[in-house]
Amino acid sequence: MLPAVPTEFTPIASLAGGVLIGLSAVMVMALFGRIAGIVGITTGAVTAPDRGWRIAFVAGLLTAPVLWILATGTAPQQSVGTNLLAMGAAGLLVGVGTALGSGCTSGHGVCGLARLSPRSLVAVVTFMGFAALTVFVLRYGGL
Amino acid sequence: MRLLMGYLAGVLFGLGLILSGMADPAKVLNFLDVFGAWDPSLAFVMGGASVTAFIGFRLARRRERPVLMPAFDLPTRGDIDPQLLTGAAIFGVGWGIGGFCPGPAWTALPLAAPGTVVFVPAMLIGIVLGHRLKTVQGAFQR
Repeated sequence: MLPAVPTEFTPIASLAGGVLIGLSAVMVMALFGRIAGIVGITTGAVTAPDRGWRIAFVAGLLTAPVLWILATGTAPQQSVGTNLLAMGAAGLLVGVGTALGSGCTSGHGVCGLARLSPRSLVAVVTFMGFAALTVFVLRYGGL
Repeated sequence: MRLLMGYLAGVLFGLGLILSGMADPAKVLNFLDVFGAWDPSLAFVMGGASVTAFIGFRLARRRERPVLMPAFDLPTRGDIDPQLLTGAAIFGVGWGIGGFCPGPAWTALPLAAPGTVVFVPAMLIGIVLGHRLKTVQGAFQR
């Protein structure tokens, strides 16, 4: 678990970044007729018959920080947890959970909410709730 | 064309994650820390992304078929089943521990923080396990 690192409230940048994410989801819908769920795309990059564009999409995600550094001259700001055991467990849970629950923050969150899907709304409320509860327990539960 | 467009969509998504702060686990965890160091920024990310998608999806669906594919292929289920709830809950716990969901994890990988380098392979193993679990559960339900 990452100790509480203070962060700055960034409504404008976050809104602008959100719009870019939304535009990407619209691109995937308009061009490929699909939901831009990252877990779905990741799985499809291995298993789908038309996996090419999905592999390219993941390559795009991977090169975005490089382009960001080239454009701005600074590395994206981030603080990642250093307890590697915890990060491994977190990764495993995120993988199992998103595969079992058929979606993540993008598939159920961005795309599902935009499609007014009841399944996605329930999924979002559930994972947001459990995530907030987990942070609460880890930060204030004395663990 | 599919490859180029897929790549550009991925770049756009990744730049959106970085600009918005989603690729920084500290910011995500502070958003989830409602009773503590609360940083509401991520609500703006979700808001901006879903409203843009809400409008854009409607425009896109006016076409008979997507530009580069023969047909739309979208989820049709509307039922709430135990798999959905269990999966979302497990995902939530993992998200709360690490501060990464799948998109930001991919985007953060090239920055090579040790935590990310451990997180991403674990996530990929988890996805395989999750799909296995889904098949097993589905078999039991039938």
